[in-house]
Amino acid sequence: MASDTVALGTNGHEPSYLEYQGKHKGILGWILSTDHKRIGILYLCSVLSFFFMGVVFGFLMRLELISPGETIVTAQTYNKFFTLHGVIMIFLFIIPAIPAIFGNFFLPILIGAKDVAFPRLNLLSWYLYITGGLLALMSIVMPGGPADTGWTFYIPYSVRTDTNVIYALMAAFILGFSSILTGLNFVTTVHRLRTPSMSWFKMPLSVWSFYATAWVQVLATPIIGITLLLVVIERVLHVGIFDPALGGDPVLYQHLFWIYSHPAVYIMILPGMGIVSEIIPVFAHRTIFGYKFIAFSSIAIALFGSLVWAHHMFTVGMSNAGEFIFSLLTMVVAIPSAIKVFNWTATLYKGSIELAPPMLYILAFIFLFSIGGLTGVMQGVIAIDIQVHDTSFIVGHFHYVMFGGTGFAFFAALHYWLPKMFGRMYNIKRAKVAFWIIFFGFNVLYFPMLIMGWLGMPRRYYDYLPQFHPYHFISTVGSWILILGLIIMFTNFVISLRKGEKVTKKNLWGGETLEWQIDTPPTHENFDEIPVVEDYPYVYKDNEIAVEEEKV
Amino acid sequence: MTTQAQVHSAEHVHRDDLGARLGMWLFLFTELILFGGMFLVYSVYRFSHPQEFHIAAKELNTIVGTFNTMILLTSSLTMVLSIAAIQRDNKKLSIFFQFLTILLAVFFMVNKFFEWSVKFHHGIYPGSETLLNEKSGDILFFGLYYVMTGLHGLHVLVGIVIIAVMMRFTSKGIVTHDNYIKLENTGLYWHLVDIIWIFLFPLFYLIT
Amino acid sequence: MNEKNVQSEQSEHSHGFGIYILVWLGLLALTGLTVAAAGLDIGRFTVATALIIASAKAYLVLTIFMHLRSESKTFKIFVIVALFFLAISFILLFADYSF
Repeated sequence: MASDTVALGTNGHEPSYLEYQGKHKGILGWILSTDHKRIGILYLCSVLSFFFMGVVFGFLMRLELISPGETIVTAQTYNKFFTLHGVIMIFLFIIPAIPAIFGNFFLPILIGAKDVAFPRLNLLSWYLYITGGLLALMSIVMPGGPADTGWTFYIPYSVRTDTNVIYALMAAFILGFSSILTGLNFVTTVHRLRTPSMSWFKMPLSVWSFYATAWVQVLATPIIGITLLLVVIERVLHVGIFDPALGGDPVLYQHLFWIYSHPAVYIMILPGMGIVSEIIPVFAHRTIFGYKFIAFSSIAIALFGSLVWAHHMFTVGMSNAGEFIFSLLTMVVAIPSAIKVFNWTATLYKGSIELAPPMLYILAFIFLFSIGGLTGVMQGVIAIDIQVHDTSFIVGHFHYVMFGGTGFAFFAALHYWLPKMFGRMYNIKRAKVAFWIIFFGFNVLYFPMLIMGWLGMPRRYYDYLPQFHPYHFISTVGSWILILGLIIMFTNFVISLRKGEKVTKKNLWGGETLEWQIDTPPTHENFDEIPVVEDYPYVYKDNEIAVEEEKV
Repeated sequence: MTTQAQVHSAEHVHRDDLGARLGMWLFLFTELILFGGMFLVYSVYRFSHPQEFHIAAKELNTIVGTFNTMILLTSSLTMVLSIAAIQRDNKKLSIFFQFLTILLAVFFMVNKFFEWSVKFHHGIYPGSETLLNEKSGDILFFGLYYVMTGLHGLHVLVGIVIIAVMMRFTSKGIVTHDNYIKLENTGLYWHLVDIIWIFLFPLFYLIT
Repeated sequence: MNEKNVQSEQSEHSHGFGIYILVWLGLLALTGLTVAAAGLDIGRFTVATALIIASAKAYLVLTIFMHLRSESKTFKIFVIVALFFLAISFILLFADYSF
């Protein structure tokens, strides 16, 4: 055992956080609770609701593209669909998904604390999230209709269009604030609330990645905040800032937008990588390979990720020096990600791999993320980028990274931690069936995008030339398969919450981190006594010995 | 960089002043970078329109700007003195200094109000015809001038409210000589507002 | 560094009134200096001079008024990280604009 808790009081009668009776009863006991676990559940419900909405818009877009010409909606409506899909999926799903749900629920437990550093601020950040989400929804119903600018809100169109851009901008601004508060909370929590015996290099790897993510959230998000606010001010008060009609520079807007939005990509993927590092050793029954390299590569990703933003802008006419520098730095940022992939596969090597549902998603993550990552490095080369810029190759690439990466890590985390959170086990067989359908549907949906993008299919078009028809058709069929898989997966969870087998065992999967040493589901206070940590939580000595014996 | 807190005391509610300050500093970074984003915009436009920025800056009243700088610096002094006073358990002196801080902040805003009104009177305000007929560098300069000093003014107003709350906390004994983290964090915020003005002042009023 | 109790964490921050007033006088003097320097005709050094003086003022406020001098190393590293992020944003942005 890597880490030992001083004999916890196992009276078994202490109420779990789900039953714990605080100051308020019923629903108020949830929406006014400052317990990090309850806030995590609040996020779980709200983030998933928005995720389903995003899926619906994605489904509608694919349906429109099933055949050339106008199929179900007009071009204008299609523009609104992809804007909503982007805004919802990015600001309301991927960015908060892992940090806000699993970070809130498990970060304090993983470091042996009772709560985050600022519990009330934590609740406030959920309310800000909900406010931002409602503003985004209001943009749909208010006269003028939802924004049609794409999630990037590029100037000058975003100051000219008559749609409800302001709602969407304010939504993103407020969601950014919510994200900042979560980040601020996590940095302080990691610094101040680690259990006394847990030094920096005894922290679980997911804590390292939450920590790195939190720094990016704190430092990069204000830039998008002020940029979007400036666009709002420009729209409302006609102050000259970015609009070329008023002397402004639209390229400067793009710079500011990507100074945040590129690091934001790492806000999305880093927590996913943390989940992977957490789950692999558990199901490979093997000590993690290169703990320090994985830990430092998280920090390195956060650092290098802040230096490469302008590779989104190779076609806007930057200076040659600028293009050269940003192209070079883009190559560099691939190194820490590659270090991680190398360490993960090295951990799997000679491990006794158990293909439980979380592990399946993680293995898929490594595969899909590698495709997404490599197609990304290709675009760091300016010549290739100019060829594929604004084609569906880009769309394919970032869905492989964001959905195949973060999305699959999120699903893995759901399968890994939900039984711990609710004390009910889902049906393993059904989970595996859902996985294979999702994995198959995913590739059928997104791989054709890479091919037709390479052949010149532009992104964000509701119509296309006949030669692209087969690809679009296959892709749309893929979206149906994917959605079928998602339905099976989520119904499996819902059924498990009601009828699933009750689990009271503390350690469900044989993990060595602290959450597996407390009650299932956790009590209100998490720990009865201060946990003592001896080493980093990835030493699977029994297995190592077995391997050694085998060699002899 | 190891900071281990002995916070797992038996009672559930713990107090961690150092943690609270750490959180406050992180918040200040977000404020700093929020304004930093606008300084980025400023620097790019100044770089691309040097001549027009140079001439437009002459429109601003250096004397009012200097006066306001002095006021804000002094308010920073009174703020820090109020903390020093509460550390010495001198409640009345602390409240007095907090009151002075608010008074100076109000002075600052009144000056700002008159400064803006004069500009409005001359027809220089966002979207005005006078301004739109100027060169693009002038439009950008005054656009940034209004947005940056406006947002800074908003922070001053927020600061006034928070310090007023702190005055009440101090008089009610919530902020005391052995528990003044709230006042200290208010001070940190107020000094940051001051630092931002320290940079705004030369960039708008002096570089002529 | 090792933390003592809450009490001693706070007492680290108590300076005398004198040093604050001294710093305040220094800030006012620097303000005077920057206004005076703006009157001089030193061409392209105007901006640099103004920014250097502003940085000196900000440094005084940070270290003395905001007590950064007596804070632990963690705080200082934090400030450096934040300023570093801001600095690279400026530098890389001008990699595009200044060429």
